[in-house]
Amino acid sequence: MDMQVEAQGHAPGVDPHEQHGKRTYLIGLGYALLLTAASFWASSTSLVYAPGVPVLLATLAIAQMGVHVAFFLHISSAPDQANNFLALAFGVFVTGLIVFGSIMIMAHLNHNMMPMDELMKMQR
Amino acid sequence: MSAGEQALHGFSGVALALRGPAPTKVVAGFGFWLFLLSDIIMFAALFAAYAVLSDATAGGPAGAGLFEKPRVFLETLCLLTSSVTCGFGTLAMFRADTRATYFWMGITFLLGVCFLTIEGREFASMVAAGAGPSHSAFLSAFFALVGTHGLHVSVGLIWLIIMMVQLKTLGLEPMVTRRLYCFGLFWHALDIVWIGVFTIVYLGAK
Amino acid sequence: MLGRLSWSAIPLDQPIVMGTCGTIVIVLAGLVTLVTVKRWWPYLWREWITSVDHKRIGVMYMVLGLVMLVRGFADALMMRSQLALAAGHALGYLPPEHYDQIFTAHGTIMIFFVAMPFVIGLMNFALPLQLGVRDVAFPVLNSVSFWLTASGVALVNLSLFVGEFARTGWLAYPPLSELAYSPGVGVDYYLWSLQLSGIGTLLSGINLTTTILKMRAPGMGYLRMPIFCWTALASNLLIVAAFPVLTATFAMLLLDRYCDFHFFTNELGGNPMMYINLIWIWGHPEVYILILPAFGVFSEVVATFSGKPLFGYRSMVAATMGICVLSFIVWLHHFFTMGAGADVNGFFGIATMVIAVPTGVKVFNWLFTMYGGRVRFTVPVYWTLGFIVTFVIGGMTGVLMAIPPADFVLHNSLFLVAHFHNVAIGGVVFGAMAGYTYWFPKAFGFKLDERLGKAVFWCWFVGFYLAFMPLYALGLMGATRRMQHYPDAHWQPLMLVALAGAVVILIGVALTVVQLAKSIRERRANRDETGDPWNGRTLEWSIPSPPPAWNFSVLPSVEHVDAYWETKREGAVRRLIPGNFRDLHLPRNTPVGIFMAFFAVILGFALIWRIEWLAAAGLVGAVAVALREFWKTDREESVPAREVAAFEQAHTLRRAPWRASPIPTRGGQSLPSAAACLLQEVSHERG
Repeated sequence: MDMQVEAQGHAPGVDPHEQHGKRTYLIGLGYALLLTAASFWASSTSLVYAPGVPVLLATLAIAQMGVHVAFFLHISSAPDQANNFLALAFGVFVTGLIVFGSIMIMAHLNHNMMPMDELMKMQR
Repeated sequence: MSAGEQALHGFSGVALALRGPAPTKVVAGFGFWLFLLSDIIMFAALFAAYAVLSDATAGGPAGAGLFEKPRVFLETLCLLTSSVTCGFGTLAMFRADTRATYFWMGITFLLGVCFLTIEGREFASMVAAGAGPSHSAFLSAFFALVGTHGLHVSVGLIWLIIMMVQLKTLGLEPMVTRRLYCFGLFWHALDIVWIGVFTIVYLGAK
Repeated sequence: MLGRLSWSAIPLDQPIVMGTCGTIVIVLAGLVTLVTVKRWWPYLWREWITSVDHKRIGVMYMVLGLVMLVRGFADALMMRSQLALAAGHALGYLPPEHYDQIFTAHGTIMIFFVAMPFVIGLMNFALPLQLGVRDVAFPVLNSVSFWLTASGVALVNLSLFVGEFARTGWLAYPPLSELAYSPGVGVDYYLWSLQLSGIGTLLSGINLTTTILKMRAPGMGYLRMPIFCWTALASNLLIVAAFPVLTATFAMLLLDRYCDFHFFTNELGGNPMMYINLIWIWGHPEVYILILPAFGVFSEVVATFSGKPLFGYRSMVAATMGICVLSFIVWLHHFFTMGAGADVNGFFGIATMVIAVPTGVKVFNWLFTMYGGRVRFTVPVYWTLGFIVTFVIGGMTGVLMAIPPADFVLHNSLFLVAHFHNVAIGGVVFGAMAGYTYWFPKAFGFKLDERLGKAVFWCWFVGFYLAFMPLYALGLMGATRRMQHYPDAHWQPLMLVALAGAVVILIGVALTVVQLAKSIRERRANRDETGDPWNGRTLEWSIPSPPPAWNFSVLPSVEHVDAYWETKREGAVRRLIPGNFRDLHLPRNTPVGIFMAFFAVILGFALIWRIEWLAAAGLVGAVAVALREFWKTDREESVPAREVAAFEQAHTLRRAPWRASPIPTRGGQSLPSAAACLLQEVSHERG
C-alpha cells in the first residue's frame, strides 16, 4: 500500500512534508511582495542605469515566478518531482523559444520589409 | 542507501518508475499540470504578439500614457494574496476542515472579484477614452493578452463557486479534493502569468 | 434572427457541390436506415458511441480518418484532373473560386481530419496495451477528445452544404483571410472547426503523455518501454507544446474578423508576417507529431518481422527525443523568402539540416535490425520497405530546400508540393497503413487478407511515384502550387502522368475497402486464435484478440524490454490460478462526449453565421452537459473476479503456438524456442 501511494512520484502542489504548512506560503508571500515592490520601484526610479532597467525587471519577474513555483506549487528537483520539473523545463524552453524567437525574427523582418501601411499606399 | 536514493527508491528499494501505475491523485495532478503548461504556452504566443506589436500604435495612444501603476500594484496585491489564501484553503482541505476551506476559498473569491473589478474598470475607461482594441495593433494585443488573463480569472472564479457547491453537496470525496487542489494549481499558475503581464505590459510600457 | 444565414447559402448553382451533397445525403440515409432496420442503435450507442474504452475510441478515430480520406482524396482527384485539362488556353472545368476552396479543403482535411485521426487512433489503441495497463489516464476525456474532433469534421462537411469553405490555402494566411478580403463564411468555417478539433487534440496529447509517464506496468522503467511508446511520448509532448500556439493564433485571427482587432490586418499597425511566424511555430512541430508515431510503428514492425530486437534501442530513444526538441528550432524554413535576412535564414537552414541526422540514425537502425534477421515479408513489412525508400527521397528533397538560396527558387513551387507529399504519404500514410494491418488482428480477432493487402500497397507505392515524381520536374520548370491553369502546354504530359498516378492510388483506396469487406466475410478462416498472430515481442500480443475490456486480467510484471518475447523465450506458461484474479473496476460508459460534440457543432455553426442566440444556446448546452458529468459519483463499474476468471478459462486453451510449433532452421532441425531459433539463424549467417 505504501508502495502504491508513492508510485511514480508526487503531483505538483502536494507538499509531502506538510509540517510547515502555512509557513511555506507565508515565506513565499514575503519574497513575492519584496520582489513585486522592487519591480515597481525599479520601473520608476532614476537610480538604475536606464538601459539596464528591462533586464532588472526581467530578472525580478523570473525570480518571482521561481518563488511561486517553489513555495506555492512545491516543485523542486527532488526525485519524486522529476516528471513535474522536467515538464516545467520543457514548457519554459518552448515559451522562451516562442517569445524570443518571434521577437528576433519579427525584428529582422520589420527591418527588411516595408510596413504594410506604406505597401498599401503603393497599391493605389 | 543515501537519502537521495531512499527518496528515489522508497523504503521498498524499488525505483519510482518501476512501481506500476500511479494512484489517481498523482495521475490527475500531473495531467492538470501538463494542461497548465499548455495554457502558459498559449499565453507565450500572446506575449510574443504583444512584444512584436507593442510599437504599432498607428499614431494612437501608447502604453505609458494609458497605464496607471498604482492600479496595477493593487491588482497585483489582490492576486498575490489570493494565491496565498488559496494555498491556505488547500491545506485546510487536506486537513479535512471544511469550514476553514470555505473561509479561505471565500477570501480567495473576493480577492479575485476585486482584481476583476479593477481590471474591468480599466478596460472600460480605456474604451471610453477612444483606446479600444480596434484602434491599433498595440491595443489589440494589449486587450487580447490582458483580457485573456482576465477571462481565465473569471472562469477560475466560476469554477471555484462550482467547487464550493460540490463540497457542500458531495462532501470531501476524493474526486472533490482532487479537483479543488487542481483549482489551486490553476490559481497559482494564473498568478505566475500575471507576473509576466505586469512586468512586460505595465512596467515595461514605453 | 438567423444572423447571416439565408437560403442563398445553399450552393444550388454549383452542380459539382450539389452532386457531392446529394451523394453524401443518400449514403448517410442508407446507413441510418440500415442501422435502424437491423436494430443496431442500442449496440452502437452502448458499445461504441458512449464507450470510454481506448480500444474502441482508437478504432473510431481510424474509421473517421478513413472516411475523411475519401473526401480529401476526391479533392485531390479534382485538382489533378483540372490540371490535366487546363493547359495553354484551356481553362479546365473548375473555376478559380471553386478550385481555391478545393485545395484549401484538401490540405485542411488531409492534415487535420485524416492524418491526425490515424495517428491518434493508432496511439490510442496500442499504447495502453503496450504499456501493460488497463486504459489511458483519463478515459472520459479520451471520449470527449474524439467527439470534439468529430465535431470539427461535422463543421467542415457542413461547409459543403451550407455556405462555402475558405479560399486561402490550408493555413489561411492573412491578409487574404481577414474580413476585408474573405468577407464570406468560408474562413470562419475553417477557423471554428479547427479550434474545436484542436481542443480535442490538445486534451488527447495531455491524456497520452500522462499515460506514458505515470501509468506503466510494474517493472516497466523508461528504458523497458516499447519504442512505439517513446515515439508516442515525443509526439504527444509536441502536441501539448504546439497546439496552444495554434489555438492562440487562430483566436487572434478570429478577433480580427469578429471584433475588429488589428493583429494581422493591413491597416492600423497589423502585421501579417506575425501570423505566418506563429502559425509555423505550430506547423513545424505538427508534421513531427504526425511522423513520429509512424516511425514508432515501423520500429515495431521491423523488429517483429525480423525476429530480432530493434537495433540500437538507446540510440533510437535519443534520436526520438532529439527530433522532439529540434523540431522546435526549424520553423522559419517555411518562410525563408519572407525577408528575415541571411543571418536568420542561415541559422534555420543549418538547424533544418541538423534534424536530418537523428532521422538518419533511425533509418540505419531499421536497416541494421533487418540485417542478420530472418525477415518475413508480410504486408506491414512491405509498407516499411516502401516507406524507407520513399521517405528517404522525400527527406533529401527537404534538406535540399533547407538551403535558403535553393529555397528562393523552389518555395511554393510544385517541387515543394512533391516534397511534402513525399514525406507525408511515404511516412505518415504508409505508417498508418502498416499500423492498421499490424494491429488489426489484435483489435478484431482476425487478420486482413494478405494478398489484397499487398495489392493495396503496390497501388499506393506505384501511384505515389507516378503522381509526384512529375511534380518535382514541374517544380524545377517553374510550376507553382495552387495553380488553377498554366500557360505552358509542354507541362501537360507530366500533369497527365500525375493524374494517372492519382487514379492508381484511387484503386488502392478502393481495394482497401474491398480488403476490409472480404476479410470480414472470411473472418472465421483468418481467425486469430492465439492473440499472437505475428510472433510479436511486446505486451499487447500476450492477451487474447480482441482483448477483454480490462486488457490484462493480471497486470504483467516487466523485467526486460520486449517483455513478451522474453516471456516466450523463457517458456513461461501462463497458469490459471483462480486465486490470482481480483474484482476489477472499469470506468463506466458515458454520453458526455457525443453530447458535448453536439453542442459544439451548434456553437460553431452559430458563431460562423453570427446567430447570437443559437451560439448562447450551444454554449449553455455544452456547459450543462459538462456540469452534469462533473457531478457524477458512480463512474466505475466492477467486473467480478469470477467473470475475469471465466474469460481467462475460455481463452487459455488456444495459446502460445509459437512456443509449441518451432520454426525449423535451415539445417532441418527444430528448436524449442523462437529465440534459440534466432541464435541458430545468426550463427548460420556468420558461417
